[in-house]
Amino acid sequence: MIYINAIASAVGLLIGVVLLAALLTWVERRLLGFLQDRLGPNRVGWQGSLQIIADMIKIFFKQDWTPAFSDRTIFIAAPAIVMATVLLGFAVIPFSADFGIAPDLNIGLLFFLAMTSLSVYGVVLAGWASNSKFSLLGGLRAAAQMVSYEVFMGLAVIGVVMLAGSFNLNDIVRAQGRLWYVVPQCIGFVLFLIAGIAEAHRLPFDLPEGENELGAGFHTEYSSMKFGMFFVGEYAGIVLISAMTVVLYFGGWNGPFLPPGLWFALKTSLFIFFFILLRAALPRPRYDQLMSYGWKLMLPLAILNLAVTGAIILARAS
Amino acid sequence: MFILTALRTCWLTLLHLFHRTETIQYPEQRPKLSPRFRGRIVLTRDPDGAERCVSCHLCAAVCPCDCIDLQKTEQPDDWRPEYFRINFSRCIFCGFCEEACPTSAIQLIPDFEMSEFSRHNLVYEKEHLLIAGTGKVPDYNFYRVAGVRGTGANAAPVDPRGLMP
Repeated sequence: MIYINAIASAVGLLIGVVLLAALLTWVERRLLGFLQDRLGPNRVGWQGSLQIIADMIKIFFKQDWTPAFSDRTIFIAAPAIVMATVLLGFAVIPFSADFGIAPDLNIGLLFFLAMTSLSVYGVVLAGWASNSKFSLLGGLRAAAQMVSYEVFMGLAVIGVVMLAGSFNLNDIVRAQGRLWYVVPQCIGFVLFLIAGIAEAHRLPFDLPEGENELGAGFHTEYSSMKFGMFFVGEYAGIVLISAMTVVLYFGGWNGPFLPPGLWFALKTSLFIFFFILLRAALPRPRYDQLMSYGWKLMLPLAILNLAVTGAIILARAS
Repeated sequence: MFILTALRTCWLTLLHLFHRTETIQYPEQRPKLSPRFRGRIVLTRDPDGAERCVSCHLCAAVCPCDCIDLQKTEQPDDWRPEYFRINFSRCIFCGFCEEACPTSAIQLIPDFEMSEFSRHNLVYEKEHLLIAGTGKVPDYNFYRVAGVRGTGANAAPVDPRGLMP
């Protein structure tokens, strides 16, 4: 019986996340429209809410072309890797007090970091297997960007781990009953968010697919639903990073009056909105700027944050 | 500090959420076109109802994309074009023809809804171009200002400054 429940919640979550990611494509286009004094897609269904169905039908009818010059196996595997790793990341997220697939996994945070790291492979392999210059350059950029931003992402979350004393995400959420970690870990929060944006390769850090210089970057050669998987994977990545920010820094499902699941959804959607706002507001940095922010500014800040947090914890303990 | 400017940009962009959208939802809402909008080309008539065009070919000569073709009739003292043809699949709506026309016959009007399923339907013949009215220049009759040779209609010497439409 327990297994059936677990399987049901896992399948439900899988479908839910994919549908949510698909819906986000419409939400983003609508919001971007409003932020740019436009309307966005509003024709299909009520206020354009069925736009995703139209897009799905369209993308399924596109020719699913695997270039003859590509490395076929890896080319096909790459979008699946991106999608699978992002979806696996949701396994450890505590959506509410008692819902989630493995929220009590004792290495939950490490599992999340591992999954975001693995999703780099999808992008890099896509760039490599496409065997075209734009794709390769996109893949190169993705590798360098995501590896260097991962470094201080890991260091930034260590502050939270030190405060909560656990890698277990449910424990981290429970430890924030009184005070959200965004207050003591404000620098860590900013660092994590920036690293998260870079990990999801969203604007302003979408250099791997910088369309005005690289065509479409690592997914230049992809068409039809293989491209669709990158697309949905990207939006699922946004949801994942938003959910993780809420879990680590904004008290997860903690909150008064409303049910915990609703609190979690509200906070997560706020961060998803922030991601979309960033896309509307900020231009892309130059590639060397991106690298120098990462290594010369964010990494020292993360180490400083770590040291100060540690010092304060030690001072309190003694 | 770039973080502060980035945050300020975010805030200013957020405020645009509450601005009115600029979009005109076309088939339901119509854009406001000014009278001098350069749209579909028409051939107008003078106040007496006669065709204004005198087949001078200036419009065809000035046309940068050679989309105007016309020919005068062979009847003496009849200056109307035998055929007048505008290929709107080539026309760029620059309005040079309207500026070149000495009789204000050819005019661009505020209408852009000219979509066709077949490219050939975009070639407008004289009967498609000719309208009943005077267009934008209501009371201008070229012959009455310039006179007609061999008639007493305007025997006095022509004042070149009065020739302006």
